[in-house]
Amino acid sequence: MSVRTLPLLFLNLGGEMLYVLDQRLRAQNIPGDKARKDEWTEVDRKRVLNDIISTMFNRKFMEELFKPQDLYSKKALRTVYDRLAHASIMRLNQASMDKLYDLMTMAFKYQVLLCPRPKDVLLVTFNHLDSIKGFIQDSPTILHQVDETSRQLTEIYGNLSAGEFQMIRQTLLTFFQDLHIRVSTFLKDKVQNSNGRFVLPVSGPVPWGTEVPGVIRLFNDKGEEVKKTEFKHGGNYVAAQKEGSFELYGDRVLKLGTNMYSVNRPVETHMSTTSKNLASRTQENIAPNPLAKEELNFLARLMGGMEIKKMSGPEPGFRLNLFTTDEEEEHAALSRPEELSYEVINIQATQDQQRNEELARIMGEFEITEQPEITEQSTSKGDDLLAMMDRL
Amino acid sequence: MYRRERSILLRGSAAALSNNLSVLQLPDRDLRHFGVVHGPSAQILSSAPEGVPLAQRQLQVKVGVGVSPPLITQVHWCVFPFRVLLVLTSHQRIQMYESDGSLMVYWHALDSGDSSSAQAMFARGIAASVHFICVGTWSGRILVFDIPAKGPNIVLSEELAGHQTPITDIATERAQGQDGVADMVTADDSGVLCVWRSGTTFTLLTRIPGFGVPCPSVQLWQGIVAAGYGNGQVRLYDATTGTLHVQISAHARTICALDLAPEVGKLLSAAEDTFVHIWKLNRNPESGSIEVEHYHGECISDTQLCGARFCDPSGSSFAVTGYDLAEILRFSSV
Repeated sequence: MSVRTLPLLFLNLGGEMLYVLDQRLRAQNIPGDKARKDEWTEVDRKRVLNDIISTMFNRKFMEELFKPQDLYSKKALRTVYDRLAHASIMRLNQASMDKLYDLMTMAFKYQVLLCPRPKDVLLVTFNHLDSIKGFIQDSPTILHQVDETSRQLTEIYGNLSAGEFQMIRQTLLTFFQDLHIRVSTFLKDKVQNSNGRFVLPVSGPVPWGTEVPGVIRLFNDKGEEVKKTEFKHGGNYVAAQKEGSFELYGDRVLKLGTNMYSVNRPVETHMSTTSKNLASRTQENIAPNPLAKEELNFLARLMGGMEIKKMSGPEPGFRLNLFTTDEEEEHAALSRPEELSYEVINIQATQDQQRNEELARIMGEFEITEQPEITEQSTSKGDDLLAMMDRL
Repeated sequence: MYRRERSILLRGSAAALSNNLSVLQLPDRDLRHFGVVHGPSAQILSSAPEGVPLAQRQLQVKVGVGVSPPLITQVHWCVFPFRVLLVLTSHQRIQMYESDGSLMVYWHALDSGDSSSAQAMFARGIAASVHFICVGTWSGRILVFDIPAKGPNIVLSEELAGHQTPITDIATERAQGQDGVADMVTADDSGVLCVWRSGTTFTLLTRIPGFGVPCPSVQLWQGIVAAGYGNGQVRLYDATTGTLHVQISAHARTICALDLAPEVGKLLSAAEDTFVHIWKLNRNPESGSIEVEHYHGECISDTQLCGARFCDPSGSSFAVTGYDLAEILRFSSV
């Protein structure tokens, strides 16, 4: 278990979240002059992304994130993203949020699993940050925040050894262990099998620094190569062309972590025959996952179920449904199996002395004036971060 | 040459760790014991040759009420002529059990000492030598425990320094009556190998430099060090001189496990590229040089392998585990 894992986990999952939200918001975009007050416009999309990104890359929050620490529990981390997704005018209910979190986690699990070298998880992170910078290119202040995080990443991770990255990768894989939610984009691309396991290719470029397998070299006592023979490895690999750039800006070479939902991948709005078949096949599984029955894309029409919801605050919040209809969303919420339930942690007042000190410290860093009698509960490690996010 | 046999089902899937499979071969009985780490727990089970699990047990490191158990890094059986112990390493403790895991006879708490909080503390790499159990740690030190013929009176007798980065694996070979012969090799995260002679005090014989790539798994056979690296290479060194004799571009991803069938000199290599290879090692009787040939290759589709072991000393059967996979896959020669 590496204590350097959380920043990578948080930033990459956050990046995936922004990809999904951006794509759904774009798909549902109404030209500004034609939109009714309750319809999403380009202005709204930018505002949502801006709000979430600036919350995500808040300087104090990043400082806390980058401190060496264990990983938060799945439940706590889920709560962090719940809060993050609601940092703007957009509102997601439980079922849509679950759906979003499933998509994020499976996407990043795929990227970690397919990473050529453990160190390349840093390139995946840079790919996410590069895309995020694209989302907010018109907002220099937020852009600066993200650049600051990129610099921090380079500073902390740039000099870590291959062994340390291997441990980070193992920690990430432990976090994602036993998670086999099927994602229709992956199934369609044939990178995920119907049992939820990812396809591991045995062809293509080998990792940078690795030779194409198939050669045995013999050396004499003087270290001179005296014989070279070949054997059949069984894979069909080619040499790596070049190493991706770990600089602030550069060619990452690696595509993992880039936006897989971009332009040439239209939003699917119809349930295909294949998906029906897949759904029925799922039911035959020994341990069925009811959620997997809902094919991602037909369920996750981001703007499909949009409606105005009167918020208690001064501004109306836009509700975002990741499902085609409200009924489906409701059904998903009811049929979600116990073991996949994240149950968002509520932060309430409590009297935990030890935790109070810790929270007081963190709150101090946030320079927020607080009424002294109001304290917050920490039921698990994640709450420290949650407490901070509350205040962002 | 090898055929897939019936898998052994596990209660939980295997964690993404190197050397995440231990096999205990009991010569007098036709029974195999398997140990696999799931995460905060490890499962050990015994199985008849046809793969039917007979008895199983879950092991955990209990550190206190209300505290989640630390992640386990490895389980391994240490076989002595007089005793068999099951050793478990984790992020907080080293625990030693009777061979069936029923009774914990000893535990050792890791001490963070003056190391910074930026590094996680753990033990990893387990091997038996003479009457010692050697266990590697995150700091690069190797703890040597003196094991009595019976009972719980296990003593930490020595700490070996030679590595600067976390230990990954330790291999030993029973020295055949020769004095001064190398009988233990230790590997670390930077790829450095140390060759030792065990005894009342351990002596460092050779230090084989690394090349910036971790060495997750190492084996020792007839004075040959076999090392599997993060760049997919298998290298064979002379244990006494540390000279590189053979370099195999064996895999396309990091090697996760090596094992040796001592009776025949077969070397098993398993990697995250989903492949298992078996190599035949030989020492040329005239020139003394080390030779190798590729003997068998197997692809375990879509499985990032994390453990692999021969199931008998002649290497006619082997078993592998994969990340996220709740079964032990078995193969035997036809």
